[in-house]
Amino acid sequence: MTFKLFVFYTFAIVLVASALMVITRRNPVHSALFLVLAFFTSAGIWLLAEAEFLAIVLVLVYVGAVMVLFLFVVMMLDIDMATLRAGFINYLPVAVLVAAVMAVEIFLVVGPGNFGLDVFAPPPPMPADYSNTASLGNVLYTVYMYPFEIAAVILLVAIIAAIGLTMRKRADTKYQNPSEQVRIRKGPDRIQVVHMDTED
Amino acid sequence: MIALSDYLILGAILFSISLAGIFLNRKNVIILLMCIELMLLAVNMNFIAFSHFHGDLVGQVFVFFILTVAAAEAAIGLAILVVLFRNRLTINVQDLDTLKG
Amino acid sequence: MENLYIAIVLAPLIGAVIAGFWGDRIGRKGAHWVTSSGVGISAILSLYVLSGFMSGSREVFNGAVYTWMISDGLRMEVGFLVDQLTALMMSVVTFVSFCIHIYTIGYMADDEHNWPKESLAGRNSYQRFFSYISLFTFAMLMLVMANNFLQLFFGWEAVGLVSYLLIGFWSVRPTAIFANLKAFLVNRVGDFGFILGIAAVAMYTNSLDYAEVFAAVPGLADTQVQILGNTSWSLMSVIGILLFIGAMGKSAQVPLHVWLPDSMEGPTPISALIHAATMVTAGVFMVARMSPIYEFSETALSFILVIGATTAIFTGLIGIVQNDIKRVVAYSTLSQLGYMMVALGASAYAAGIFHLMTHAFFKALLFLAAGSVIIGMHHDQDIRNMGGIKKYMPWTYWTSLVGSLALIGFPGFSGFFSKDAIIEAVHHSQIAGSGYAYAMVLIGVFVTALYSFRMFFLVFHGEGPRDEHAKAHLHESPKVVTVPLVLLAIPSVFIGYLTLDTLLFGDWFDGVLFVLPQHDTLAAVEASVHNANGMLAHGFFGVPLYLALGGLVTAAVIYLFKPSIADTIKNGLKPIYRTLEMKYWFDELYQFLFAGGSRGIGRFFWKGGDQLIIDSVIINGSARAIGRFADRIRSVQTGFLYHYAIAMILGLLLLLTWFVIA
Repeated sequence: MTFKLFVFYTFAIVLVASALMVITRRNPVHSALFLVLAFFTSAGIWLLAEAEFLAIVLVLVYVGAVMVLFLFVVMMLDIDMATLRAGFINYLPVAVLVAAVMAVEIFLVVGPGNFGLDVFAPPPPMPADYSNTASLGNVLYTVYMYPFEIAAVILLVAIIAAIGLTMRKRADTKYQNPSEQVRIRKGPDRIQVVHMDTED
Repeated sequence: MIALSDYLILGAILFSISLAGIFLNRKNVIILLMCIELMLLAVNMNFIAFSHFHGDLVGQVFVFFILTVAAAEAAIGLAILVVLFRNRLTINVQDLDTLKG
Repeated sequence: MENLYIAIVLAPLIGAVIAGFWGDRIGRKGAHWVTSSGVGISAILSLYVLSGFMSGSREVFNGAVYTWMISDGLRMEVGFLVDQLTALMMSVVTFVSFCIHIYTIGYMADDEHNWPKESLAGRNSYQRFFSYISLFTFAMLMLVMANNFLQLFFGWEAVGLVSYLLIGFWSVRPTAIFANLKAFLVNRVGDFGFILGIAAVAMYTNSLDYAEVFAAVPGLADTQVQILGNTSWSLMSVIGILLFIGAMGKSAQVPLHVWLPDSMEGPTPISALIHAATMVTAGVFMVARMSPIYEFSETALSFILVIGATTAIFTGLIGIVQNDIKRVVAYSTLSQLGYMMVALGASAYAAGIFHLMTHAFFKALLFLAAGSVIIGMHHDQDIRNMGGIKKYMPWTYWTSLVGSLALIGFPGFSGFFSKDAIIEAVHHSQIAGSGYAYAMVLIGVFVTALYSFRMFFLVFHGEGPRDEHAKAHLHESPKVVTVPLVLLAIPSVFIGYLTLDTLLFGDWFDGVLFVLPQHDTLAAVEASVHNANGMLAHGFFGVPLYLALGGLVTAAVIYLFKPSIADTIKNGLKPIYRTLEMKYWFDELYQFLFAGGSRGIGRFFWKGGDQLIIDSVIINGSARAIGRFADRIRSVQTGFLYHYAIAMILGLLLLLTWFVIA
C-alpha cells in the first residue's frame, strides 16, 4: 500500500462517514458542519487527482460561501426539529434498501472489472512546473469563453433573485420614491410660498 | 496505485448516501438541499476522476460550471426557503401541498 | 368554319347569361328578346350548316377547339364533330327551341299568378325561365356537337341540371320539388351506368375521342372481361349496356321511366322542349352516335330492342287511362321513345334518328297544343272537364289533329314514314328478341291510336266544358301561341315524306352511322319499298295502318258515340284498369324499395353509426374515459415535493436496473 493509496482511503473513509453524519444528525447545524468536513475531504481527494485549482475552489466557494449561507439560514430560522424528524425511523429500511440497490447497480457498472487498473492505467504524474490553474484558465478563457460568461450571468441572476426574493418593505421604513418625485407638477403639488401681510 | 474504479465507487457511495438522505429527511428542506449538494459532489468526483485518467481538462471545466450552478442553486434555494418560512412559519414539506392537482 | 360552330353553341349561352344575371336590369322584354335572338341565330346558322350538308358543299368537321388537360396520355378537350347526324340534331334542337321561345312569351306572360304574392322566389321568374331554356339549348348543342365522351358527358349532365331546374321551376309547389328531385335521382342511376361506360372506354382505348375510340373498337371486338366474379363478358357488350343504362335514364326507358310523367309539373313549354322534343332524345342520339360500338355487340342490341319494345307498349297502355292532358302526351312520348330504341336495337339507326326528328316536331306540336288548351281552360289540365273545345279554339284544334294523325302514323303524315320504317326494320331483324319487339310495336300502333284519339275526342269533341265559368272565358290563344303551332304543324305533315329517301335510303348517313352488313335491316326495307312513294303504297296494304285505324275507330266509338262503353270496360276489367292506373306500381315499388330502403339505411347510419358509434362511443365515450382515468390518476398527484422526488429516484433506479441488466 503506497502512501497515496493510504491518503486516498483515509480521506474516502472520512468522506463517507461525514456524509452519513450529514443525513442522520438530528441537529441541522451539525449536518452542515459535517457537510463542510465532507467538502474538505473531497478537496483532498481532488488534490490526489491533480485537480488543484478545483480543490481550492471547492474549499473557498463551498466551505467559505455556500456552507456559511446554510449555517446562517439554519440558525436564522426557528425550526421545530421534532416534527421534521417524525417518521425518520419508519423510512430507514426503505432508504437503506434503495441506497444499497443503487450502490450495487452503480458498482456493477463502474466496478474494477470495467474501470480497474488493468483497464485504465494510471496516468503518469504531471511535471513539477505544471500549473493546473494556468492550463484550466487557458481552456476556460479561450474555448469556453461564452459558457464562462454565461455562468457569470447566472451567478448575477442568482444574486439578484436571492435579494429580490428575500427583500421586503417594512411599514415603518422611510424611503424615497423617485418616480413619484419626478412626476410632481408645478402648482397644486408643490409647496407655495404665500405672501401674507403681518397682523398689527 | 489508485484505480479509476476507486474514485467511481467512492462517487457511487456518496450518491447512494445522499439518496438515502433524501428518503430519510423528506420533511426537512434544509437537509434536502444539503443532500443535493452532496449528490453534486459525487458527480463532480466522477468528472474529476475521468478528467485525471483521460488527461483531459474538459472534465474539470465541467466541474467548474457545476460548482457555479450549484452555488447559484443553493443561494436561490435558501432564499426561497427564507421567504417560505416567513410566510408559512414552517419548512415542513408535509404542509406544502398546494401543487396538488 | 370553326368560328361558325362556336357561334352556334355560344349564342344561346350568351343569351342565357344575360337574361339570368341581369334579368332584373333588362326587364321581361329584354330577356325574351336576348334569349330568343340568341337561339334564333343558332337556329339560322344550324339550318345553314344543314343546307350545306344537303347540297354536299360542306365537309365533315372534327376537331378540338380547346384542350382542357392531358393526363397520362388521356386528352380532355372541348371539340366539335359536325357531320350529317349532328347537323340534323342541331337543326331540330334549335328550331324546336326557337319555336318554344316564341311560344313561351305568350305562355309565361302571366306567370306572376303562379307564385304566392310575397314569394321572393317568384321575382323575375319570367327572365329566369328564359335564361333556363336558353341554357338548355346550349347544353343540348354541346351534347350533340361533342366529338369526345367527356364533352358528351358534360352536355348530358348539363341538360339534366337544366331539366331539374325547370321541372322544379315553380319551386313553391311541393309536387314540383318532388318531381324534380325524382327526375334528378332517377337520372343519377342512369348516369352512373353512363360514366362507368365512359370509364370502360377510356380504360381499354386510352382515349375519349370518338374517332380514336371507334377506330379501336374492331380490334377489341373479341375482348372478354371478367366482371362480377368469374363470369366472362364481351367488352363491347359491357360498354354498350353501360352506356345504354345512361340512355335509359335520359330517354326514360323502362324501368327508369318514372321521372318523365312527373316532370309534367314544370311549365308546359318545358314539357314540350325537354320532355318531348330534345332532351329525352339525347339517349337515342347517343346510341346512334355510338353505332360503331353497338354493332359489335348483339347482346347490347338485343337488350336495347327488348327494353325499347317493352317501353313502347307498356307506357302506351298507361296513356289510355290517364286523365291529365299533359300526362297523356307524356306517356305517348315514352312510348315513342320506346319505338326509337327499338329502331336502334334493330340496327336501323337511321330510322331511329328519323323518328326522333319527326317525333320532335309533332310531339312539340301536341304539347304546345295541349298548353294552348290549358291556357284556355285557365290551367285546368283534367281532360274529363274539357270537351267541345273545337269551336272555341279552331287553330289549336286543327293543329292538334295534324299532330295526332302524325303520331298514330296516318299515311302521308311524317309519323307514318318513320314509324313504318321502324316496324319494317324490326320485321327484318334477326337478332334475339326481335320477334317479341315486332309483336310489341305492332300492338303499340293500336294503343297509340287509341290513347291519342281518346284524348283528342275528349278534349275537342262532345259536350262543352263542364265548368260554366271556364266555358264563358274560353277563347283562342294569342298569336305567339298559335304561330308556333302552325310552324310546327307544317313539318309534322311534310317532313317525313320529304326527307325519307335521303335519310333512310340515301347516302345521308354514310360514314356517320355504322352498320354491319348482317345487321343492315334498313337495306332489306329499302329492297321491298324502294322509296317514299313505295312506302306509302306499301303502307296501305300493311298491318300497321289497319291497327292504327282500328285504334282510331275504337276511340271514336267509345269516347265519341257511346261513352257508356268506357265505363263498362272499366268495370269489367277492374284489375287491369287498376294496374294501368297505378302505372304497374313502379312508383310505389321504387318508393318502398329505394326511397324507403335508403331512408332505412340512412336511419341506420344516423342512429347506429352517427349517434351510437361516433357520438356516444367515440366522442363522448373518449371524453368520459379520459375523465374517469383522470379521476383515478389525479390522486397520484399529491402535491408533496418528496413524492415527486421519490418518483424520480425510483424511475432513475428502474432505468439503471434496465441499463445494468440489458
